[in-house]
Amino acid sequence: MYNPYSLKGKTILVTGASSGIGQTVAIECSKMGATVIITGRNEARLNETFEQLAGTDHSLFPADLSSYEYIKRLVEFCPKIDGLSNNAGIAKIIPVKYITEDDLGSIITTNAMGPILLTQLLVRKKKFNNNGSIVFTSSLSGVYCVHYGESIYAASKGAVSGFAKGAALELASQGIRVNCVNPSIIQTNIFKNEGEIISEEQMQEKIKNYPLRRLGITTDVAWAQIFFLSDASTWITGVNLPIDGGYTLI
Amino acid sequence: MTIDEFVQAFAEEFDETPAEKFTAETVYKELDEWGSLVALSIISMVDEQLEKRLTGADIRSCNTIKDLYELVIAK
Repeated sequence: MYNPYSLKGKTILVTGASSGIGQTVAIECSKMGATVIITGRNEARLNETFEQLAGTDHSLFPADLSSYEYIKRLVEFCPKIDGLSNNAGIAKIIPVKYITEDDLGSIITTNAMGPILLTQLLVRKKKFNNNGSIVFTSSLSGVYCVHYGESIYAASKGAVSGFAKGAALELASQGIRVNCVNPSIIQTNIFKNEGEIISEEQMQEKIKNYPLRRLGITTDVAWAQIFFLSDASTWITGVNLPIDGGYTLI
Repeated sequence: MTIDEFVQAFAEEFDETPAEKFTAETVYKELDEWGSLVALSIISMVDEQLEKRLTGADIRSCNTIKDLYELVIAK
C-alpha cells in the first residue's frame, strides 16, 4: 500500500520512553513499522513500554540522560539510526522570585542539556544514516507563549528550539533534518503533577481557551513526530510545529 | 510560624496592596491584586518557608488568611 508516512525499515531512538509522550511515540513508531530503541530512567516502566511495542527486533536501554556518562553508554549501545525522538523532560511551576539554583539546574539539565548532548554525540559518532531525522519535543511554552510560573521550563524549551535551528542548519549537508514539535497541555503525568496545583475546575476553565475544545493527548504529538520522522517531510527542517488545538489563534 | 508572621509573609507576596491592609481576617480573593501569579507565589512561599505543599484547590477552598494558615499548619 502506498504510504509515504510509513516508518518501515527505519531504526528510531526514542528517549523519555518510560512515560508520557515518549512512551506513545515509541509505541506508535513501532506500529508504523519502525524498529525502535527505547530509553528512559525508570526501568520497570520502560519494560512496560517495551511489551506494548508492535513487531520484533526492538531494544531497550535504561539511562538517565541528565548524565553525560549515561549518554556515552547509550550512544555506544546504539546501532546506526534513521531517527531520534527526544522526549525526556520535566516540568516545575515556580514564580521567578522563588527560582532556586537546584531547580534551574535540574530543569535545564534534563530538558535542554540532555537532548543537546545526545544529539552531539550521535552526530560525532556518525550514528545517523543518510536522510536521518531528529525531532525534539519542545513546547508552546518558551517558543510561542508562556504562563505564570513557567519561566524556567520555558527557558529550557526555548533553548531546545534554538538549538534545533542551529543543528538543522549544520546537519543539512549530511541530509539530516532537525525539527521540533511544540505541544500545549498534553494529559500526561507531568501535567498531572502540575494538577496538584492546577485544579480540575481550573482545567475545565482552560479548555475554554482551546478552539478545538479539548486538551491534548499523547497521540496528537506522536503522530506529528511520525510525520517528521518519515519521508513525508523530507524537505522540512528547522521548524517548530505548534500542536495546540488552536490555542494560539486567540 | 505564628499567624502574625504568616499574615506578614502573605502580604509580602503582593507588590501593590499595602501591608497594613492585611489581617488574619482578610478575604484575600477579594483583593484587587489577587490572581494566578500571587496564588503561585503563596504556594512557593509556603513551600520555602514552611516546607508544606499547598495546592490550588487549598487556596480556593479558603476565604481568609487565617483559614489558609490553619490549613497549612494542619498539613
